[in-house]
Amino acid sequence: MNQQPIHFMPTVGFRERSKAVVENEFLQKSFRGAMDFLMAKRAAQFPDSGEFESLRTLGEQIRQNSLAKLPELLTRLEANLTRNGIQVHWAETPEEANAIILDICRKHGAKRMVKGKSMVSEEIEFNHAAEAAGVEAIETDMGEYILQLAGEKPSHIIMPAIHKTKQQIAKLFEEKLPGVAYTEDVDTLIQIGRQVLRQKFLEADIGLSGVNFAVAETGTLCLVENEGNGRLSTTAPKVHVAITGIEKVVEKLEHVPPLYSLLTRSATGQNITTYFNMISRPRQPGEKDGPEEVHLVLLDNGRTQPYGDEQLRKTLQCIRCGACMNHCPVYTHIGGHAYGTTYPGPIGEIISPHLMGLEATATLPSASSLCGACGEVCPVKIPIPELLIRLRTEVYSEPRPDAKLRGQGAGHSALMSGIWRAWAAIYGHPALYRAYSWLASRFNWLAPSRQGGWTSVRTPLKPAGKRLRDLIKEQQ
Amino acid sequence: MSARDRILQRLAAAHADHGQPAPDPGAWYAARARNESAAERTVRFASMLEAARAEVHRVNAGNWVQKLVDILTAKGIANLLVAPATAHGAAARDGLAGSAIACLAYDRPIEDWKAKLFNDVQASLTAARSAIAETGTLILWPDPQEPRLMSLVPPVHIVLVEASSIHATFFDALRAENWSAGLPTNALLISSPSKTADIQQTLAYGAHGPKELVVLLKEEA
Repeated sequence: MNQQPIHFMPTVGFRERSKAVVENEFLQKSFRGAMDFLMAKRAAQFPDSGEFESLRTLGEQIRQNSLAKLPELLTRLEANLTRNGIQVHWAETPEEANAIILDICRKHGAKRMVKGKSMVSEEIEFNHAAEAAGVEAIETDMGEYILQLAGEKPSHIIMPAIHKTKQQIAKLFEEKLPGVAYTEDVDTLIQIGRQVLRQKFLEADIGLSGVNFAVAETGTLCLVENEGNGRLSTTAPKVHVAITGIEKVVEKLEHVPPLYSLLTRSATGQNITTYFNMISRPRQPGEKDGPEEVHLVLLDNGRTQPYGDEQLRKTLQCIRCGACMNHCPVYTHIGGHAYGTTYPGPIGEIISPHLMGLEATATLPSASSLCGACGEVCPVKIPIPELLIRLRTEVYSEPRPDAKLRGQGAGHSALMSGIWRAWAAIYGHPALYRAYSWLASRFNWLAPSRQGGWTSVRTPLKPAGKRLRDLIKEQQ
Repeated sequence: MSARDRILQRLAAAHADHGQPAPDPGAWYAARARNESAAERTVRFASMLEAARAEVHRVNAGNWVQKLVDILTAKGIANLLVAPATAHGAAARDGLAGSAIACLAYDRPIEDWKAKLFNDVQASLTAARSAIAETGTLILWPDPQEPRLMSLVPPVHIVLVEASSIHATFFDALRAENWSAGLPTNALLISSPSKTADIQQTLAYGAHGPKELVVLLKEEA
């Protein structure tokens, strides 16, 4: 797969990127294999569909409860974090979030940052802002580190380097890391990464992480991981900055266990991850390690848009497990990069239009066969297919001055609308229909050989020479 | 108006709260509670941990220190980091006295010896506060005596856990121990050695944290 451009432009080139992946037999096989693996592992975690259904109903209730009370819970979270000594910042845009984090770096003279895996930091393209500000931001999740060396973006939210083979990684390490010889042994490759990054953890003066759940009741940030890089990023440097979307809050601590269980089982088919890291305070007097300062950046970046609509609000229930992409036949064929967004797959198709506007993402809600697999596996019951249909309607309907969605009507075409209006008129009036079908069958040789999107992958439509009613008449 | 106020104002304008019924995770867990003896729960805990590539040794108050020394010797480990201000840390230190294994103490702030901790320490011993049978999980609440990096940086992490402290589920643990009344600076669940499957979905241990997790499961003698 080619190196991805620095800035995302989903709509531009979506077809071309998809086509390139679909025609690449090697990538087809590797995505298929990876998705089959993840689907089987998940299925093994939910042998009892009754248990799964009742647990996801509980998960849905917990997330809907969080969203129903979101303004109050964010205020309570802020008050409890502040009481615990964690500094809370609010950002409406990626630019504001980057400025807040870089300002914290500047205050501490921090030049070396270690990053735990954070999709929100990808969303705000923090690494580019850091580079411009002279801060070295090192990705420490093994998959993210590999992609940073390769100059690529994640193609999956849980398994970022899922598109890369061990041969490609072996070659990459040999080329980019001094003194490293080519090896395809996965254990050896991981140990090479461990050694390089251990030095980075030792030297770093600031750590950045995401957040999986922010508990309003106790003022606690919860992080889910397997590698230990998340714990190191949030413990070894003297300053820790966490960044999260405003929707990640939950009301009570007792709401965490069901969501955590749904997350790990849905994401990678693990009954639990290696580490669950709950941070409630900076280092206290007498404590010998941990950051002296902890900050939380709460990011909007368009999330308040779906929040304002009862149906679209369900988008924000997401706990970012990635099960929808693992089960998506479109994702499996085109891979994560084709979407051109931070979040690919079905969840990306329903969240990206709010983060980036429908102008930039008009093609995404249509990148689905509406087979329904995403909705069936979603651990918090987001009705993804319904939301895709809603967004398609918003994209292709006539632009309205009172539209609540940014870019509503971006895909609207007067010609297309005219055609559909004519179609509705013809099919709604029997006399008109008879006249139309008589003309269409007599003049079927006039049917154009190129019929827009239809003929890009299909033979042209041509009305039959005789109508069904004519054939029936002949038989009688 | 600040970014905070604008965000909160947009959220409030949605009037999303219609007094929906509150979720009841307690009822969900209660309905699925297992009827098992303490011994069965201990077995379940140990087998879950072992399935996640942890080593589990059954010990008691009288023999755990000797078991610790034996494990360290068998692994060829040259030094062990302990918390000498804790009872188990002091017992381990006394047990190692006179052996070839050096006993190191986490007795000063990390800034004073970070490079040594990262480069030289081979193993550490901490206690677990309690445990979870369902997922084979150790619960650690690091404190001034037993700091956070002790269970993370050394390549071998040895954990002493009382069998009597094993809860059935994570939910049971935080309810029974009343976590919502006050959490420490950092609370941790640990369920296996550090691992990753980021290269071609191939599982590899020892990603960034401990490569080996050794559990001393202490039961009544």
